Amino acid sequence: MVIDLDKCTGCGACSVACMSENNIGVLHDETDKIRSITWMRVYQIDNGKSFPDTEVAFIPRPCMHCQGGTSGTPGQAFFQEDPMEEAAHTPCVSVCPATATDYDEETGIVSQIPTRCIGCRYCVAACPYHARYFNWYDVPWPKGTPRALSPFVSPRMRGVAEKCTFCYQRYQAARNKALVSGGEVGEMDYQTACTEACPSGAITFGQLQNPKHKVHQLISSEYTFRLLERLHTNPKVYYMSKREWVRKKADNYVTRHNKFAQAAPQSGH
Amino acid sequence: MRRWLDDLPKYADDSSWWPKGTKRCRPEVFLIWLGLPLTLLAYFTVGAVLCLALGLNQTNMNDYFAFGVWIVVDLAVIALGAGAFFTSFLNYIVGKTELKPIVNAAVLIGFICYVGAILMLGIDIGQPIRGWFGFWHANVHSMLTEVMFCITTYAIVLTIELLPSVLDNRRISRVPEFGTMGHNLHTIMIVFAAAGTFLSFFHQGSLGGMFGVLYARPFAARGGLGIWPWTFFLFIWSAIAVGPSFTTMIVMLTEKITGRKLTKHSVKMLMGKISGWLLITYMVAKSADTAWWAYIKLPAAGLTMDDMYHSPYGYWLMWVELGLCGWLPALMLVQEKVRESYGLMFLAMLLACIGVTLNRFVFTIQSLALPVLPFESFHAYLPSWQEWGIASLVLGFGLLVFMLAYRYLPIFPQEPELNE
Repeated sequence: MVIDLDKCTGCGACSVACMSENNIGVLHDETDKIRSITWMRVYQIDNGKSFPDTEVAFIPRPCMHCQGGTSGTPGQAFFQEDPMEEAAHTPCVSVCPATATDYDEETGIVSQIPTRCIGCRYCVAACPYHARYFNWYDVPWPKGTPRALSPFVSPRMRGVAEKCTFCYQRYQAARNKALVSGGEVGEMDYQTACTEACPSGAITFGQLQNPKHKVHQLISSEYTFRLLERLHTNPKVYYMSKREWVRKKADNYVTRHNKFAQAAPQSGH
Repeated sequence: MRRWLDDLPKYADDSSWWPKGTKRCRPEVFLIWLGLPLTLLAYFTVGAVLCLALGLNQTNMNDYFAFGVWIVVDLAVIALGAGAFFTSFLNYIVGKTELKPIVNAAVLIGFICYVGAILMLGIDIGQPIRGWFGFWHANVHSMLTEVMFCITTYAIVLTIELLPSVLDNRRISRVPEFGTMGHNLHTIMIVFAAAGTFLSFFHQGSLGGMFGVLYARPFAARGGLGIWPWTFFLFIWSAIAVGPSFTTMIVMLTEKITGRKLTKHSVKMLMGKISGWLLITYMVAKSADTAWWAYIKLPAAGLTMDDMYHSPYGYWLMWVELGLCGWLPALMLVQEKVRESYGLMFLAMLLACIGVTLNRFVFTIQSLALPVLPFESFHAYLPSWQEWGIASLVLGFGLLVFMLAYRYLPIFPQEPELNE
């Protein structure tokens, strides 16, 4: 997925579409923002300058579907030039004790099995993007609303973790269709709900490794970056912005001069 | 107070159940004393019922603080309960038989800590009924899987290790089968001491590894050896350093409360010496680890030490953990003069236990409080009264079990001769 932050207006249509598509309920108290469930969350950031130089941007944040770094060996960090280069797995997948979440090598999607989850919340603690949510409440579905739920997505019960799945049910439908017709899953056959809903066309979705897909071309842009690249989580969600201050917000930078910081790789492109 | 208690009418006489050669308070006085743990357990029950019936929204945990006070207490009591495996290891396997008078107490305290922690974790997980999935669908890559397996199996080992003390009760041992079983268990206890050492080594380490492997959480993440981050070894190290201290502290407190001598001071001094030297070596390793984290690990993640400490989790936490409750008790406990003084040794041991508890606190709470995304917000956390209720289980359950064990089981073999 590639999200053009210069096109995003922060309207929240992607969040609403996501909630509707994936049977995310409205809780008793949605003002409790640190417990509300938003698989696609829109952050507002600014350049830190006072009026009239203030600039604002919005960062939609789905699950990053991290692959984890593959260049390092766990535990070898102490002997490497880059001490962060040690991960070879998705942060949340490797920690789940009950194998309730898994990284699919074929699709690159990190799945979640709600009925396997024991609710230990270790994955929530492991995710640096806050993309994982825990069901603190039973969803109070008002009378009649369950009939309006999508039949392709299981509503989650209280006490389990959940997250964006890149609308995996849509992939399954597209794959089944392709199997029947004998073809392949085309670029437009499988699009996430947030991609379809974005009115400004800021979100582009496809196969990153497929040269025919638009996302493949977009990620080679000099303006493309990913969040927290120094951690080597290897996310599947890329962002684009021609504004340098926006790109700078994607990662942490050592603020004071430090000789050890010189060896650290620069974030972004 | 004591006179008022003495004026109470006399009821049942349970003196035939007391360990041979010991004196205990009257049953009605003991029942009044039991009010304290039972009150704590009632408080726990209210919190547990609310959390199980209404969900974990009864806590102050949220999507930023996935772990809360329960995990802090859990990690702390398991570290403090390490006296069980380490004292057993030294006594049965290394051959430090001078520790024999305190082994039973160490095992009892370990049993309390582990069982209490497991009960608390049963409330902590969102789906308690599915708790067994961690065993059935085990993810071999997860440190938590290792923790689940080892804590559960070690709790069973501790129960078996505690069984001889139960079977040695004056009344129970009169049953021939129980007497024989108790005697036979004593002879094979070395096997369980070895099993306990093996299991404890791995789960104490895994609890540290749990945080060290969070490579996307720069506050907690560490490099290490093979699949184990440094925290794996540091947690084992700190646990075996304070475990003996905690055991000794509980024995000293019991002596003060009951007014009876339970072990010779030389035994306590030896426990203090073991703690002291282990603490010194642990503090060297911990200080080196902190320096490596500050000067190499954090800059590589684009962060500095200043980014890691925000009010209320400021630098003071680090100085209290490493200085006041780290180096200071370590240097105190290696001094023989300090160990000879009942008060000073107790103080040093108390500081050491606070230090390790603080260490578990910062790894659990501070790790999660710090945002990793530059545009995320910083949050602080305070437990709800329901959370405190469930956290008090360890104390309530511990007091109840320890009081019953002290009254009826021969936990302290030196007690009769020391109080003649």
